[in-house]
Amino acid sequence: MNGAPRLLPAGERALVVELGDEISPQVNARVLALAAALEAEAIPGVLELIPTYRSLLIHLDPLRVSPEALEERVARLAQGLHELRPPEPTVTVVPVCYGGRFGPDLSFVCQHTGLRPDEVVRLHTGGTYRIYMLGFTPGFPYLGGMDERIATPRLDAPRLRIPAGSVGIAGAQTGIYPIDSPGGWRIIGRTPLRLYDPLRDPPFLLAAGNYVRFRAISPADFDRIAGEVEAGTYPVETATHAGG
Amino acid sequence: MSVGFKVLSPGPLTTVQDRGRFGYQAYGMPVAGSVDPYAPRLANLLVGNDEDAAVLEMTLRGPELEAAAPGVVAVTGADLGATLNGQPLPAWQAVAVSPGDRIAFGWARSGCRAYLAVAGGIDVPAVMGSRSTYLRGRIGGMEGRALRAGDTLRVGPAAPEAGRCVGLRIPEGWIPRYDAPITLRVVFGPQADHFTRAGLETFLNGRYTVSKDADRMGCRLEGPKIEHARGADIISDGIPPGAVQVPGHGRPIVMLADRPTTGGYPKIATVASVDLHRIAQARPGDRVCFTAVSRAEAVELLRAQEAAFRDLAARLGDPARPPTGRHPVRPEGPDPADSRR
Repeated sequence: MNGAPRLLPAGERALVVELGDEISPQVNARVLALAAALEAEAIPGVLELIPTYRSLLIHLDPLRVSPEALEERVARLAQGLHELRPPEPTVTVVPVCYGGRFGPDLSFVCQHTGLRPDEVVRLHTGGTYRIYMLGFTPGFPYLGGMDERIATPRLDAPRLRIPAGSVGIAGAQTGIYPIDSPGGWRIIGRTPLRLYDPLRDPPFLLAAGNYVRFRAISPADFDRIAGEVEAGTYPVETATHAGG
Repeated sequence: MSVGFKVLSPGPLTTVQDRGRFGYQAYGMPVAGSVDPYAPRLANLLVGNDEDAAVLEMTLRGPELEAAAPGVVAVTGADLGATLNGQPLPAWQAVAVSPGDRIAFGWARSGCRAYLAVAGGIDVPAVMGSRSTYLRGRIGGMEGRALRAGDTLRVGPAAPEAGRCVGLRIPEGWIPRYDAPITLRVVFGPQADHFTRAGLETFLNGRYTVSKDADRMGCRLEGPKIEHARGADIISDGIPPGAVQVPGHGRPIVMLADRPTTGGYPKIATVASVDLHRIAQARPGDRVCFTAVSRAEAVELLRAQEAAFRDLAARLGDPARPPTGRHPVRPEGPDPADSRR
């Protein structure tokens, strides 16, 4: 779908702008471009923007900006989106210790896919994953682009507690749990990075529209990096993403 | 900043909340904050605080507190039978407390959440700009958790006029009747088109009751199933406050303060802001129904409410211009006698 955006009311204090009806990098890029354009407009009464896969939720104060007036401005901005250049995306390298006590479901993934553990790791670390959005819990990245060969269905019954930093697979998706939470993903490894730290500035390591790569590390490296993260001295590896 | 209270017993779920943690929803951080936006606002007004001041939110039964310093408090929201040194503590009113005074609460007689504001505000460290407790994320408020026996609550410096607040009362017409059946005014969307005509009619004509699984994240309702037109999954998108989600089982959930920022269930409608406080006070077994309003009507309701608040704030405590008797948008929602049922 490449037509005009759909503008949908969400009560009187929020507005949904749908820019497509599929999960694709193109639609997602349009959502993020619209969000950037709205931020730049700095319209009084526009309070907060939540970009998701294919839509933007705009929180507004209708006593400062009328929803109808905002809809008109959004429609005009959306027309000019193809001309907007989104900011240069970055790639963050996430070190992961796969298997062992950090990856209790790695063997299940192997069973399900017929691959050896080192093959699963190679396929998981081989991709460059687009961050479509953050949601579900603070800092949780919805990543796209995982190799289909390692897709594995979720647990039938979720675990009550998945430790923070756990890296998992659910169906064709992969993601990282920033905080302890219940969940049904197949856990194949853990990162010592803190995707979310409320006392850090900035609190969130990742943002929509950027990219993630995974790098396999040893248990000894895990402990070393965890210590540096704790001390605030670990230099998170981020580079410009070539190819947009 | 001084110690304002010692917590002798915490009650089943008492947390420090302000209006919520804003600015980080794009990163998946829920807003949290007081589930009821109305009652704590009035409590803060009574004790001379800014609207951002942190309060205690208590659920179904309250804590037992001992005042450690002189202060001014106000209790609003659900009627928990508050007492001060064993005597009834009048609610919706600013009351002076002295060191050693004991404030206690019983079980809610109507409504579900009560709020205690203290002049100066509850003083806990702000995390990411807010003193609200986000329990699942274990941040904010009292160390990211509910109150425990033995906690001490610090209080910020009171506004200079706080002492003159003692005795101020919220006019009777502003005090909601939490035992009345709940009718929520809603604006259809964003996914109203994901439901059949029959489903929309069920939603508007159905009588729902609050499930015992209601919590700070959402008020789950039991009642007639709402029919989907095209399955119960959507591509995950943003969830505004008051969104009415309808998962596959067909029963609506009104999303509240601790709702996740995004979700994959269709949202049939969104509760008008002025009615959020009613669903925030709903207890298991309470009756709930929905009535449709246009977005423009919802904006006008909000406009009238804000004008009324400004008027109330200006007149409270001015004997020459006492506040007008009633909240213009009927804090308990539309008159139950008016509803089309």
